[in-house]
Amino acid sequence: MTPDEVVAELRDGMTIGIGGWGSRRKPMALVRAIVRSPLKNLTIVSYAGPDVGLLVASGQAERVVTGFASLDSIALEPHFRRARQDGKVELTELDEGMLHWGLLAAAHRLPFLPIRAGLGSGVLEVNPELRTVRSPYGDPFGIGEELVAMPALRLDAALVHMNRADEAGNGQYLGPDPYFDDLFCLAAERAYVSCERIVPGFHGPPQTLLLNRAMVHAVTETPNGAHFTSCVPDYGRDEAFQARYARAAADPGAWREFAARYLAGDEAAYQKAVLR
Amino acid sequence: MTGAPTRAEVCVVACAEAWRGDGAILASPMGLIPSLGARLARLTFAPDLLLTDGEAYLLDARGGTEGWLPYARVFTMLAAGRRHAMMGAAQMDRFGNQNISAIGDWKRPKAQLLGVRGAPGNTVNHPVSYWIPRHSPRVFTGRVDMVCGVGYDRGARDLRVVVTNLAVLDFGTPERTMRLRSVHPGVQVADVVAATGFPLAVPDRVPVTRPPTAAELELIRTRLDPAGAREAELS
Repeated sequence: MTPDEVVAELRDGMTIGIGGWGSRRKPMALVRAIVRSPLKNLTIVSYAGPDVGLLVASGQAERVVTGFASLDSIALEPHFRRARQDGKVELTELDEGMLHWGLLAAAHRLPFLPIRAGLGSGVLEVNPELRTVRSPYGDPFGIGEELVAMPALRLDAALVHMNRADEAGNGQYLGPDPYFDDLFCLAAERAYVSCERIVPGFHGPPQTLLLNRAMVHAVTETPNGAHFTSCVPDYGRDEAFQARYARAAADPGAWREFAARYLAGDEAAYQKAVLR
Repeated sequence: MTGAPTRAEVCVVACAEAWRGDGAILASPMGLIPSLGARLARLTFAPDLLLTDGEAYLLDARGGTEGWLPYARVFTMLAAGRRHAMMGAAQMDRFGNQNISAIGDWKRPKAQLLGVRGAPGNTVNHPVSYWIPRHSPRVFTGRVDMVCGVGYDRGARDLRVVVTNLAVLDFGTPERTMRLRSVHPGVQVADVVAATGFPLAVPDRVPVTRPPTAAELELIRTRLDPAGAREAELS
């Protein structure tokens, strides 16, 4: 499958989870394919980085579910920041642990999971749909503890990027952190994996085989497909390009130029353009 | 290398002191001066602290890998209470409610900041301290626009200290509101009161923040931050 064929399976209004973390191992080739598509009214669930930035800039993300939006080495995601300040995107703001718990609940087919995170905070005020539950088990004082009932974050689709995958849909990460890519896949009706290389067999410790083929619906090979986010050990973050992205994002005219130069064509055209 | 300790060096040591006596827990400093503080603490009086490389590895005092701590495991350690984070704040009130999410009306903020990150969970699960490099009434304000880290009036578990460029503060009043614990060398109590946008509890006698020892200065200057990047965090 090509990135465009993957995106052709998505529909308007879907809730789409995107793996990785901040500006790390993001399935950017798939995100770029969404940007080229007519998809709209998307809800994006993500530990947000430039994936969310691009989909907010294109106007396709109607709502973002996240605990932050950052480029790591650049603290704030510039498109997200601007869209929030201009009132152009809805936000479901959650503690990072609540987002994890929502994915875990969805992956386990549970309606919710209890968690302390969020208690007393503004998160419960800006998300009035969130409820608390009282533990049916007494604590040492005889009263059941009150906890946030974090609802399952069910996804229509998940997009994640692996270092390696095979044709059957098994996926391997080789960097320091799996992030929550396995949970994104399990929480989703359909999970799509992009990877640096499709391989006939895997090398390395079996613990790096994060995704199995029962969790994955399709694989697409997208070399340098996480660019400009990091995909160690294959490559680090392209800091120079990320800085260019952030500068362009700060000015509408500069962004139109950036988009015309890098985002107008297909993935092959993007990869050619970033080499120049 | 000699010379009197700079303000940044006083702050490094004040941050280090936050982790004194914590034992084998994960220290999560955010910002350069807290990071130098945590590493200084481990090299001196808190050798059991666990520290990460900022990604997924635990590094020992010599820089070798001693463990693996991806985000999922950080979340478990923090929920278990086995962590002491030192976070920043764009706004903080006298109960220690902290805002790093957005300034102004949350629905359409004047300034979108980072987001709540893990602050709500951190503050109800484990010890939390704060580092404020620019002590001002803009930061220390009567009411925060979005409560990220919760304060003592909203169920904070264990807020330890707030280290700023001027002073060390804690929540040692009967109502658990912010109190001046010490002023850094050269800072007057009145300076701190004037730079705080809410009534600050001030004891009759306010000590001066402990200056770095000669050994601590040596570690900071020659081993932890030989390039002197710490000074820029205060400018």
